[in-house]
Amino acid sequence: MNKTVIEKITHIVGEKYVKSSTAQLLAYSYDATANFQRLPDLVISPGNAEEIAEVLKVCSEYKISIIPRGSGTNLAAGTVPYEGGIVILFNRMDQILNFDKENLTITVQPGIISENLCTFVESHGLFYPPDPSSMRISTIGGNVSENSGGLRGLKYGVTKDYVKGLQVVLPNGDILETGGKLAKDVAGYDLTSLFVGAEGTLGVVTAITLKLIPLPQYKMTSIAYFESLEDAARTVSSIIANKIIPVTLEFLDKKTIIAVEQYMRIGLSTDVEAMLLLEQDGEMYQVEQDVNEMVRIAKDNGALFTQIAKDAQEAEQIKIARRVALSALAKLKPTVILEDATVPRSELAKMVMSINDISEKYMVNIATFGHAGDGNLHPTCLTDLRDEDEMQRVEAAFEEIFEAALTLGGTITGEHGVGEMKAPYLEWKIGPVGITVMKNIKQAFDPNNIMNPGKVFAKETKKRVVVDGGN
Amino acid sequence: MQQQMQQSFETNVDENLLLDCMRCGFCLPSCPTYLHTEQDEAQSPRGRIALMKAVRDGIVPFDASVEKSFDLCLGCRACEPACPAGVQYGALIEQTREAVQEVKHSSFLEKTTRTIVFNNLFVKQKNMEHAVSLLHFYQKTGMQKAVRKIGFLNLFPKHLKTMEASLPPVAKKIQPLKQVKTAAMKVAFFTGCLMDTLYKETNDKTVSLLQMLGVDVIIPDNQNCCGALHGHSGELKRGKQNLILNVELFDSDDYTYIVNNAGGCGAFLKEYEKHLHSDERYREKAIRFSKKTIDISSLLVKAGLLDYLATLPQQANQTLVTYQDSCHLRNVNKVFNEPRMILQALPNVHFKELQNAHTCCGSAGIYNLLQPALAGDILDAKMATIKALQPTVIVTANPGCLLQIQAGIHKAKLEVSMRATHIVDFIYNSIAKYSKIS
Ligand SMILES: Cc1cc2nc3c(=O)[nH]c(=O)nc-3n(C[C@H](O)[C@H](O)[C@H](O)COP(=O)(O)OP(=O)(O)OC[C@H]3O[C@@H](n4cnc5c(N)ncnc54)[C@H](O)[C@@H]3O)c2cc1C
Ligand code: SF4
Ligand code: SF4
Repeated sequence: MNKTVIEKITHIVGEKYVKSSTAQLLAYSYDATANFQRLPDLVISPGNAEEIAEVLKVCSEYKISIIPRGSGTNLAAGTVPYEGGIVILFNRMDQILNFDKENLTITVQPGIISENLCTFVESHGLFYPPDPSSMRISTIGGNVSENSGGLRGLKYGVTKDYVKGLQVVLPNGDILETGGKLAKDVAGYDLTSLFVGAEGTLGVVTAITLKLIPLPQYKMTSIAYFESLEDAARTVSSIIANKIIPVTLEFLDKKTIIAVEQYMRIGLSTDVEAMLLLEQDGEMYQVEQDVNEMVRIAKDNGALFTQIAKDAQEAEQIKIARRVALSALAKLKPTVILEDATVPRSELAKMVMSINDISEKYMVNIATFGHAGDGNLHPTCLTDLRDEDEMQRVEAAFEEIFEAALTLGGTITGEHGVGEMKAPYLEWKIGPVGITVMKNIKQAFDPNNIMNPGKVFAKETKKRVVVDGGN
Repeated sequence: MQQQMQQSFETNVDENLLLDCMRCGFCLPSCPTYLHTEQDEAQSPRGRIALMKAVRDGIVPFDASVEKSFDLCLGCRACEPACPAGVQYGALIEQTREAVQEVKHSSFLEKTTRTIVFNNLFVKQKNMEHAVSLLHFYQKTGMQKAVRKIGFLNLFPKHLKTMEASLPPVAKKIQPLKQVKTAAMKVAFFTGCLMDTLYKETNDKTVSLLQMLGVDVIIPDNQNCCGALHGHSGELKRGKQNLILNVELFDSDDYTYIVNNAGGCGAFLKEYEKHLHSDERYREKAIRFSKKTIDISSLLVKAGLLDYLATLPQQANQTLVTYQDSCHLRNVNKVFNEPRMILQALPNVHFKELQNAHTCCGSAGIYNLLQPALAGDILDAKMATIKALQPTVIVTANPGCLLQIQAGIHKAKLEVSMRATHIVDFIYNSIAKYSKIS
C-alpha cells in the first residue's frame, strides 16, 4: 500500500490504532471459514463514525478496499481480504449508546459482543432474542451484517426482526441515519433492511438501534428420539400444524448423535435415526401445556423415547447434545465445513435424505443437524483439506446439496451469508434479474467497489449441476 | 534462518494439533493477553495458532512480531477449557517454543535469566537449595539491604527486586498437628523445588496436615525439578531427563497418590504421560505416574478434612478470605472446587469469591521475569479486583502466584490491610489454633 495512504490513515485514527506487523496482518487474514486466507495491508481500530468517514474518503480517493470485521466468526469468508486493503475493527466501538426502557429499544455501537448485550438487557427484565451459537464472541455489527439467526428463530425471528435503525458510513464518507425508535415509520424506502445482511459491501455500520421485548418468565425443555427421519420430520410438521410455535425445535441426525455420544459419553441412544430438542418459553401454564402437547405429538408420530427436563439443570443436560454437536463433529477430522442449506419445513425429511444420498454418492462424510423448525439444516462435512481429491468431491457434493435445496424451494444459505464462499452460487438462488438488481444497488452506494470487494458477487457463477429429477 | 525456522516448526509442531483449531474464536474472551492488548488478535490463542501454522507453512516469515506473539503468551491455558474443539493449546505452545529455541539464540536479557534459571537453579534441587540458603544467610545476617543492591538477585532483571521484597522469611520449625482421623492412605510427596527451598515451611505443613488426617506420607529422596519451567520455555529437551528420573523414582506400588502443593508443577506432572508418550521405555511408567498425581486440596478433601472441619466450633471473629485460582491447577487439572470448599469450611473464615479469580495474575512461571510490561498490566488489573473486594487474606495455590500477588500488594502499598498466603499455610494456621500439639 502506498505510503501516503498509510500516513493519511494513521493521521486520522492515531498511530496506536494502526496495526501493520507481520503477526498482526496474519492474525486478520482469516475467519471461521475453512480454507480461506489472505493478508490485508493494514488493520485499523477507529474510535468513532467521523474517523471512519474520513478513512473512507481517503480509500475512495485511492481506490483502497475496506473490510469491516467484527470477531471474524462468520462462515462464508466474509472478512477474508480479497485483494489486500484495510481491515476495520470495532473493538473501540463497543458501547451502549442509549437504553430506552420506555420505547423498549437499545442503541449500541457495532463492536459490542452479542452475549454482553443479551446479559445487559436481561438484567433489566428485557429480552433480545437472536442467539447465534457464536454469541459468546460474535459482535452485534457482525450479526446485523449477516442477519444472523439462532436457536430461538422459530418463535422470535432473526436479527432483522429486531433492527429498527442504523447509522452507516457510506463509501463517499457521508453518514446516513436510517429508521429509529419508532414503532411505525414509512417515510421512504426501508433502507434499514437494505443494510441488514449486506455483509459489509454497502457501508460501515456504526450504530444500531434494536427492538427489545419483555423477558419470558418460564421455560421448559424436552427431547424425543426417532427410529426414522420421516417420523422426526412429521413430528415437526404436526407441531406447527397444531398451532404450537416452540421457541426451539432442533434436529440431530444419527451421525451427529454418535459423534456427540463418543465425545461426551452422556448416554444418548446411538441406534436411533434422529433426535429432536423441543423448548417452549412464556407463561407457566401455557409452556407446560405446549410441551406436553409436543411430547404427545412426538409419541403419536412414533417417537421411541421422550423426556421432559425436570428443572433448569436437567434442561441444560439434555440441551448439551445440541450445543456440542459441531465441536463433537469437529473432533473427528482435521477439517469441518459447515453449510446451512435451508428448505421449507415441510421438505425437511426429503432434504435430509438427499443429503445422505449425496454424501454416499461422492463418498464424503456428512453429518446433519440444525434448526428443524426453520427448515435450516447444517450439513457438516468432515474432511481433511490436505486431501485434494477428497476436497474436490466435497465441493461437488455441496454443489449438489445447494441444488437439491433449491429444487425443494429452499435457499443456499439460511443464516451464514454469501461472503466469498457462496458468491459463485448466489445466482442459482436469485436468478440473473436478482443479480442485476443487487449489482445496481451496490453500484449506487459503492461506485468504486471499495466496500468488501469479492463478496456476495462472484466473478463467475458456477455452472449448475443437474440433479436427477430436478429442473 | 527463515528456512531453518520453518523446518524446525515442521519437525516440532504437530500439524494435526494445529488443524484441530476451527478458528471459531470462542477462546478469545478467555485470553488475558488478548484482553490486555485491546483485543489484538495477534495476541490471542486463535491468532497464535494461525501464526504457528503460517510459519510452518511458510506463509509468513518468523520475524520479531511473530516471535513477540509467542513470547507474550502466558501459557496460562485459560483458552483450553474455553475451546469447544478440544484444541491442545498447551502442547502447541510448548512445541512452538521448542521449535524457536532450537534455532534462535536467546536475546541477552532472556539468556541471562534463562541460563541462571535453567542451567543453574532448576536442574538439580541441590543448586536451588544452595542459592536459597545463600539468600537466607543474607536475610538472617541483616544484609538484606546490601543484597538488594549487589547481591544474588541482581543477576535477575530489575523487577524481580519487587518480588524479592516479598520473599518469605527463613523457615521456622513447625509444630506437628495432633492426629484426628485415620484415613488409611499412603501417599508420596512430590516436594517441588521452589516449595522445598523458599517455601520449606509450607512443605512441612503439608506433611503435617496429611498426618493429622492419618495419611501415611512418604518423601522419596533425590527428587528432581518437575520440568514445567523447561517445558513452558521451549527447553523441554533439556528438561526431559528430569521427567525420566522422576517417573523412575516414583514408580512404586507402595502409595496410591503422588501429592504436590504447587499448581504449576502439578499440571506438568499430570502431563508426564503426554510428554513421555513416544518413549516406549517410560510410557507405562509415565501413565502410572500421571494417574497418581493429585494436588493437596483434592487429597485433603479425599482424606476427610471437610468432615473434621465440620466438628470445629465456628469462630466469632471471622477473617474475610478470598481465593485466586492457579491457572494450571484450574485449566489443566480442572481443580477449582476443592480449595474453595476447604476455605469455606474453615471455622475462622468468611469466604468471598474474587471477581475473575479464574484469570491469570501474570506470574505464569518466569513470564513476569521475561515480559515485565504486560505482566505488570495484568497484575494491576488483578489488584484492582482485589482492592474492590478488600479481603484480609488472598489464598493462592502455587508459589509463582503467591510471589506475584505479594508483589502486587507491595506495589499497591496494601501490606497493612491484606496479605497473600499459600493455601496449605492458611489451612494449617487456622487449624493449629484448635489442635493441641501431639
Ligand atoms: C461455532 C460457530 C457457530 C455459529 N453459529 C451461528 C448461528 O447459530 N447462527 C448464525 O446465524 N450464525 C452462526 N455463526 C456464524 C457467525 O458467527 C455469524 O455470522 C456472526 O454474526 C458473525 O459475527 P462476527 O462479529 O464474528 O462478524 P464477522 O465474521 O467479523 O463479520 C461478518 C460480516 O459482517 C461484516 N461486518 C462486521 N461488522 C460490520 C460493520 N460494523 N459494518 C459493516 N459490516 C460489518 C463483515 O464484513 C462480514 O461480511 C456461527 C459461527 C461459528 C464459528
Ligand atoms: S476456541 Fe479452539 S477451535 Fe476455536 S479458535 Fe480457539 S483454539 Fe481454535
Ligand atoms: S495460554 Fe493463556 S495467554 Fe496463552 S493463548 Fe491461551 S489464554 Fe492466552
